[in-house]
Amino acid sequence: MPERYYKSLRDLPKEEYLASGHRLCAGCAAGTIIRHLLKVAGPNTIVVTATGCLEVATTPYPLTAWRVPWIHVAFENAASVASGVEAAIKALQRKGLIDPSKRINIIAIGGDGGTYDIGFQALSGMLERGHKVMYLLYDNEAYMNTGIQRSGGTPQFAWTTTTPAGRVWKGKHQPKKPISDIVAAHRIPYVATANPAYVLDMVNKFRRALEVEGPSFVHVIQPCPTGWRFDPSKSIEIAKLATETGMWINWELDHGEFRVTVPVPKRKHVKHYIRAQGRFRHLTDEDIEKIQEYINKEVERINKLVGKEVIGPLAE
Amino acid sequence: MSSELPTWKEIPIAGTILEPGNSVKYKTGDWRTFRPVIDQEKCVRCLFCWAYCPDAAVKIVEKPYRTQSGREYQFSVEIDYDYCKGCGICANECPAKAIQMVEEVK
Repeated sequence: MPERYYKSLRDLPKEEYLASGHRLCAGCAAGTIIRHLLKVAGPNTIVVTATGCLEVATTPYPLTAWRVPWIHVAFENAASVASGVEAAIKALQRKGLIDPSKRINIIAIGGDGGTYDIGFQALSGMLERGHKVMYLLYDNEAYMNTGIQRSGGTPQFAWTTTTPAGRVWKGKHQPKKPISDIVAAHRIPYVATANPAYVLDMVNKFRRALEVEGPSFVHVIQPCPTGWRFDPSKSIEIAKLATETGMWINWELDHGEFRVTVPVPKRKHVKHYIRAQGRFRHLTDEDIEKIQEYINKEVERINKLVGKEVIGPLAE
Repeated sequence: MSSELPTWKEIPIAGTILEPGNSVKYKTGDWRTFRPVIDQEKCVRCLFCWAYCPDAAVKIVEKPYRTQSGREYQFSVEIDYDYCKGCGICANECPAKAIQMVEEVK
């Protein structure tokens, strides 16, 4: 097992670098994710965000919730801007205008729209050029900021306003794009998936992602009460269910070494996760079985990759 | 708020915001319909509410507390009602069931 930097919640820094008063919806887990990211990163950090819920909700002019330098340029180029920031800091350090030993974290943050679809080219370029930037993808599985339109990250059968559910359509036809696998195929030092319900696992991954030399990518699931249609108090509960059902697997790929960091000895049936959300309310039991089959295959693939049964059989 | 807004001559070039974290001027507490209330007797200081709160509205305060059964804690956990949006994640996740959601009534 690798070193775990934070062993309990009491080890986490108490400082808050994402101020209260931001306009994210009540119960939006993006607030939880970014708070912990900035706690781990500390004050010597520059953040670049793509357009998205987080960008719009944290910076309603003339107010900002960020207590670290922050920049937003456009929807598609968070990774390019972060690359430029990194190159500029390198140049300033070479010229001696910034102390060369000073470690400055550069973090690019994108939602699923800004990563899967619109920002993908910029992201791929950044990974290929090997800039030392951490890219965080908070995945709420649709364009929530503009009113719940489908994205490459929307799972199969989910309702959105552009994939309506009726007699002919059962929500989105296509399965979710495996973005983390695509990023991992760039052979970058560190790729991980995380879940805000497992805070310690998530913060340790953030810490590792900031520490490696070269680009790193962390993909975090972010339940959205508005777009997924559930009560705001259930955000973390649903995030936890995603991992317990095998819908979301927490893994990391550290310099080519693959690990599942949250093993699930006994898997729950995916219906517990599906039935908790309004965006899947049109599904029949047969449709849910199709999703279950898809998950079974995915779990089998992951178990084969690890070489032992880290995600267990279906129990209830 | 509108009367305090700067004019175009006073705005910094490119509309940069020069005051970090000034969103604290905007109190999101009035979005709330249910208020979380922590029972300090039942609270076991596990910090789950503090970790999960999306709004940083759960505060760890240096207030030692002694329960009636004699357990002593070095700190307490309190909710900042200026910013709590009343989502109820803290009450839902509390393993000790120490947080109740109480309706806001005047």
